[in-house]
Amino acid sequence: MASQPIDQAAATLPADKRASVYQSTKATHEKRTKLLFDQFNDPDLLRRRAGEIKQHVIENLDTLLPAVEAKLKANGAQVHWASTGDDACAAVLRIMQARGAKKMVKAKTMVSEEIELAHYLEKHGIEALETDLGEFIVQIDQDHPSHIVRPIIHKNRREIATSFEREGLGAYNDDPETITRRARQFLRHKYLQADVGLTGANFVSVESGRLVLVTNEGNSRFSLAAPKVHIALVGIEKLVPRDRDLGVLLNLLARSATAQQLTVYTEFISGPKHATQPDGPEEMHVIFVDNGRTDVLASECREILRCIRCGACLNVCPIYRQASGHAYRSVYPGPVGAVLSPLLAGKKFPELADLPKASSLCGACNEVCPVNIPIPDLLLRLREKGKREGAPLAAVGTPPMGAWALMASQPTAWKAALFGGKALNYLPTKLIPVPALRAWEEKRALPAWRGGEFRKWMKQRRKS
Amino acid sequence: MMSTDREAILARVSAALAPLPQRAALPDWERELVRMRQMQGVTDLAATFCTRLKGVNGTPLQSAAELADLLAKNNWTRGYCDPALLPALGASLAGVQIETTYDRTRVDDYAFGITRATAAIAETGTVVLTDADTSSRLAALAPWAHIVVLKRGDIFPDIPAALAALPTDPNVIWVTGPSKTADVEGILIEGVHGPGVQAVLLVD
Ligand code: SF4
Repeated sequence: MASQPIDQAAATLPADKRASVYQSTKATHEKRTKLLFDQFNDPDLLRRRAGEIKQHVIENLDTLLPAVEAKLKANGAQVHWASTGDDACAAVLRIMQARGAKKMVKAKTMVSEEIELAHYLEKHGIEALETDLGEFIVQIDQDHPSHIVRPIIHKNRREIATSFEREGLGAYNDDPETITRRARQFLRHKYLQADVGLTGANFVSVESGRLVLVTNEGNSRFSLAAPKVHIALVGIEKLVPRDRDLGVLLNLLARSATAQQLTVYTEFISGPKHATQPDGPEEMHVIFVDNGRTDVLASECREILRCIRCGACLNVCPIYRQASGHAYRSVYPGPVGAVLSPLLAGKKFPELADLPKASSLCGACNEVCPVNIPIPDLLLRLREKGKREGAPLAAVGTPPMGAWALMASQPTAWKAALFGGKALNYLPTKLIPVPALRAWEEKRALPAWRGGEFRKWMKQRRKS
Repeated sequence: MMSTDREAILARVSAALAPLPQRAALPDWERELVRMRQMQGVTDLAATFCTRLKGVNGTPLQSAAELADLLAKNNWTRGYCDPALLPALGASLAGVQIETTYDRTRVDDYAFGITRATAAIAETGTVVLTDADTSSRLAALAPWAHIVVLKRGDIFPDIPAALAALPTDPNVIWVTGPSKTADVEGILIEGVHGPGVQAVLLVD
């Protein structure tokens, strides 16, 4: 059976990486669930309201965008618009050149990953340094993030220590505390030398024109304390109508992302610093980025624009846990990426048309999503689109269902299959005569086959 | 070119939304929805704030003497203090080298920074900082320890209350505990770019 690119990536993922991705996603997910249910009377209603707020935003962007632009300008920020990733990169460069700026410190922003800003700026002679610890490590390794909240979930401390040694950040030492201290020491001087601090925005309040940024490390706060210019890259879908709506979204974001009540720094930025304040940017620029978002808005999957990039759906997804982020070959991995990435790819949709199939449709992603995005439905809609448009990758790798249908409709065949399954536990699988199957088996530890247990359990239950 | 991008984006947005028979309404929601169960019936905001602050590895301080102890215990002998706070804190800072202007060229010289808080949130152990009350953004961020002076009367019960009273400052920061990361193998490390110690001195 031909397999999809994502299957191939999953199959070649080293076992230790798979284990570390699995362990940490699972732990975060479990903590998150416990926290939400311990702390709120009705976490599910909270989630639904959050979804409704964001759905309202995306369905009213035509009026909300001009409204927030007016507010931002009134607050003293300069507003720019960028249709494509290249336009956005060019806008950043223009702002920097106008100030004669040469050095930028970057907070973590997914949009900047999307438009490959750092590469672009470096080509134009500008140093653009990632300051989020994970992103910094991704940058020195010339790697890509594999998770939207935990960019280096796929790396272990030994790899990081080796990279630090290579970059001249001290002799090999793989103690996480030492690694962090060295990054702190190196980066704090970079903030002070930089001309520009670049951030994203998790939310922008239309009511007050406040950009809301959430981080744990304090790097975005530093980027807004030392440099003289602040540039914010903001996807056009990031709006919230009123300040009070932030109460719903902030309460969900940190809990969903990292199982915290609030991230350490929640920043509300509405303009350049006051004249009396010694530190902080004298200029603030907001660049609203489309880069395919209006196509998503026009598509049958516009609900995905509610996404607040918490990463919870990645953590809970059985496919993500097995395959890790790079298998998705795009900026956004996991269930959100399986919907968003092919859509943002525009004309290149066919190249990612296998992603909507990288799902068991178990529904876990919808259940955890703090803005209640019906991801499994959207995946099905995209599978349809793939078929409709004849994308070859959309057809590869679907197991033939005929045999299963036959079995499921014939009780004797079903029972025989169950018995056969159980017998597998006692078969020496190393002797499987089909090379492809044997290769498959060798990479996997099969759980003991428990066929028929459920029926037995059900019978017992009925009796008692 | 920039303005054409603006018009083009807004035109595409309008075209994308045109086929919708109706638009999703903005939902109404009660404050109860976002209030933590644990906050129901809480009356002593200062005590709750301190408990929550400890929950995020922050350090509550009840008196200037406790502040002096903290500095002495850690051997923090040089730091920054907001000049407006000196009259009240001067006595407890005796023997410590204090600067009232933060010199960014000596960023590694300060062991601590003492600044004011505008408010706090009991529910989450969060302090609210603004430019209006924080003499120097860097002094509240770059030193290893940040000590923020908070009036007991300035504590909000929860996030909705704090949002309803957001100051009109260009830079409002909610800080919840010391700066931290779990990027390396999921292991929690404090003091990444910002303070490794976040202390809050409560005053009347
Ligand atoms: S789709 Fe939902 S769960 Fe996934 S990252 Fe976005 S907001 Fe979080």
